[in-house]
Amino acid sequence: MSLATDAPAIEAREVNKHFGGTVALKNASFSCQPGSIHALIGENGAGKSTLIKIFSGVVAPDSGLLLINGQASTIHSPADAARQGIVPVFQELSLMPQLTVAQNIFIMNPPRNRLGLINSKALAQKTLQFFSELRFEHIDPNALVSELPLAQRQLVEIAKALSRNPRVLILDEGTSALSIHDVQLVFQVIRRLRDEGRSVIFISHRMSEVDQIADTLTIFRDGKDVGAFPMGSVRRDEMVQLMIGRKLEQVFPPKLKELPQQTVPVLEVQHLGWEHVLHDINFTMNKGEIVGLGGLDGQGQGELLFALFGLLRGLRGEICVDGQPKQISGPAAASNAGINLALIPEDRKTEGLILPMSVGDNTTLSTIDRIARFGLIDRKREQASIQRTIDRMQIKTPSSRLPARNLSGGNQQKLVIGKWLLTEAKIYLLHDPTRGIDVGTKQEIYQLMRQLANGGAGILFFSTELSELVGMCDRVLVLYEGQIFRELKEEEITEENIVSAALGLEYTNSAERTVSLSGTTHS
Amino acid sequence: MTSANIATSLFPTRSPLRSFFRRNFRVVLVYVILLVLLSINIRLNERFFTPPVITSTFNQSMTLVFAGMAQTSVVVSGGIDLSVGPIISLANSLASAVFVDSAVGIIGTVVLVLAVGALCGCINGIIVVYGRLQPIIVTLATASVYSGLALFLRPRPGGFVPRPYGDLLTTRISTLVQPWFSEQSLANTVVDYIPASAVLLLIVLLFVWTPFRRSRLGLWVYGVGSNQGAAYMSGVDVNRTKIAAYAMSGIFAAIAGLFLTAQTLSGDATKGGVFTLQSIAVVVLGGTSLFGGSGGVAGTIAGACVLPVIRSILFFGRIDPLQQPLWEGLVILLAVAAGSTRTFTIKNRLDILR
Repeated sequence: MSLATDAPAIEAREVNKHFGGTVALKNASFSCQPGSIHALIGENGAGKSTLIKIFSGVVAPDSGLLLINGQASTIHSPADAARQGIVPVFQELSLMPQLTVAQNIFIMNPPRNRLGLINSKALAQKTLQFFSELRFEHIDPNALVSELPLAQRQLVEIAKALSRNPRVLILDEGTSALSIHDVQLVFQVIRRLRDEGRSVIFISHRMSEVDQIADTLTIFRDGKDVGAFPMGSVRRDEMVQLMIGRKLEQVFPPKLKELPQQTVPVLEVQHLGWEHVLHDINFTMNKGEIVGLGGLDGQGQGELLFALFGLLRGLRGEICVDGQPKQISGPAAASNAGINLALIPEDRKTEGLILPMSVGDNTTLSTIDRIARFGLIDRKREQASIQRTIDRMQIKTPSSRLPARNLSGGNQQKLVIGKWLLTEAKIYLLHDPTRGIDVGTKQEIYQLMRQLANGGAGILFFSTELSELVGMCDRVLVLYEGQIFRELKEEEITEENIVSAALGLEYTNSAERTVSLSGTTHS
Repeated sequence: MTSANIATSLFPTRSPLRSFFRRNFRVVLVYVILLVLLSINIRLNERFFTPPVITSTFNQSMTLVFAGMAQTSVVVSGGIDLSVGPIISLANSLASAVFVDSAVGIIGTVVLVLAVGALCGCINGIIVVYGRLQPIIVTLATASVYSGLALFLRPRPGGFVPRPYGDLLTTRISTLVQPWFSEQSLANTVVDYIPASAVLLLIVLLFVWTPFRRSRLGLWVYGVGSNQGAAYMSGVDVNRTKIAAYAMSGIFAAIAGLFLTAQTLSGDATKGGVFTLQSIAVVVLGGTSLFGGSGGVAGTIAGACVLPVIRSILFFGRIDPLQQPLWEGLVILLAVAAGSTRTFTIKNRLDILR
């Protein structure tokens, strides 16, 4: 076939799509050259995900033209997209948890013997070999996906897409759960794809990753492309301005002038331990403070939050709230008066919200017994609470009666936070609250966190994004192998210090390692 | 370094045996329960380990074993099949209506019945898939239809079943092969202890279940049961996979019906009904999750053997027959509860709900 070499690998022209009354795309265009890593950025609800779903055959456009290698084309289903070389890695993990890693990756084409029966040994072997090419050797091909931590599942997801030999690989927030180290592994792989003349469409809300990997950038806003540039030709603030359609004043709200000196901390943890994961954790948190939790993936940060929220059994050590030792037997107890803890969980779709339930019902789920009288829900008070939350959090929804599933990712996260704000908690535990959400919503969440702290709450903030820890936290606790390796204060809180502590390095000689691992981190 | 070396060096702590027990805890458990019940049974009835008693115990279990396998193939795909019992009835009624006393007649009938079973399953699957309806309501309705067809074919119990057909499936292997060993008697040899139905089960496992389980289709059925959205995104033809799971269920139900026919030597359109709920019970007993995606027939077979053994214990323990359902129910509850004991060792409360 004689194709013009400069024809885009994939292109959308003047594409429209609406879901019910909501316009997702209006006259949106996008094109990606072969041999290119093309970043697609925009706020949540800007239409990126819809465009990607059209490319991967999950939804059909209402009108507009799709071109593959310069030829008009249609994509009927995910299988059809894969046949045409377009393979997506979706934000929502799309693995089958009860199957093994190897079965998941090669589900379409497992090695079979002459009788057509699957050869499990060859299947595992094939996976192992594939993983060693990708340098994903730390993942066991025979493990069930349900046994893997989130980050490894995401790597499996990416490996699965790569196994299908994509001409156009689409990574939709495909790195959002990965640690710095794993992100670098993935980057190596996609650079190799680019060098082989394939295309990668890369969607991420981590701007530092976009800076680091992409060569071209398309910005979407309100269902339309508002600009496409070679990377480096626009400044960061101009990009952000295009994305949100207004000027971004200041990224992070001001920190505390000085750390509060109080005699009774709102939260005090002494010699906390659990299984082999947490060891001898000691720290205090005062009212009005935002304390960060840093460290590489899986060093016990998540478990520490779970332990404080009463999710773990068999804890060692002591947890004091307002100077009183407390036994926290579960979320219900944790959110009760006297302890007053709130946890914003990692996965808003499964742990944060009940997706089929309405926005309103989700809002009052944790506080419904305060709204109820004699066991019956007071509809007026309930409506008032819901409206207050929607206004305060600026949740974009046509009606509070719509299921929470219909909200975009950022609005879902705002709803989760709004739900817990109603409990008027003293202590907020935040488990990566800005994961996979857009710049504008991140800003709102940052402002809100500081407001809560200034209002007297203590906030324990676990983030996988270094710049957030640096920008938001009054103190940062860096965990390493289940222990607090270092506590950073004030000027000590820099990306370099966090990364070196995360690697378990002493202060000296840490600079070189930092650069090589975190790449070009921009702060 | 070869990839095999990498494997051993990277995952040294994951012992295969431990990981086997962790994943198959419920299956191991149902076999332990079965062994315990068997040893009680042997105490109460010292004649248990004789060829006739073993054969009759197998024969009493086998219809339920096949019914359980039928249910298993749908349950792992994330569905449920309430028409298992009625398909058994239909197979039984149909067989008793068309059987002819010749080798060709018998084989023809068996093939016909299996085809009708597969067709019934296919119909279930097609309505579930293309009607976008809940499996429980679809199969409840088709169950009624299949029962009606069975009653149409056999309004009153009776019909003709060739004696040799019944003997072939329900006797002992020794009786079948004795003609070839004219010089020596096979009585009280090892062969004497093997029921023909056990050999039938082995054949079905080897030539029906295993090819299904280890084919790509089988992997897809488990994948669809585990997360059908993910399976679809992976390129799996979810619709055809589901229909195939229901068709497998129909085939196994037909096998159950054919065995029931051999056992009772007559047709009865009402005999199969009880197997619907029992098949669900033995699937759960066997450790297969009703949410789909995991489990298999290894547990189901043991689960199906538990029920007749309980009955035998109650009989030899001289329990009032009127109280039998009570005790049966309690033992099943206990067995299912034992499968959940592991929740006490889970250290993350959130994992209990997952």
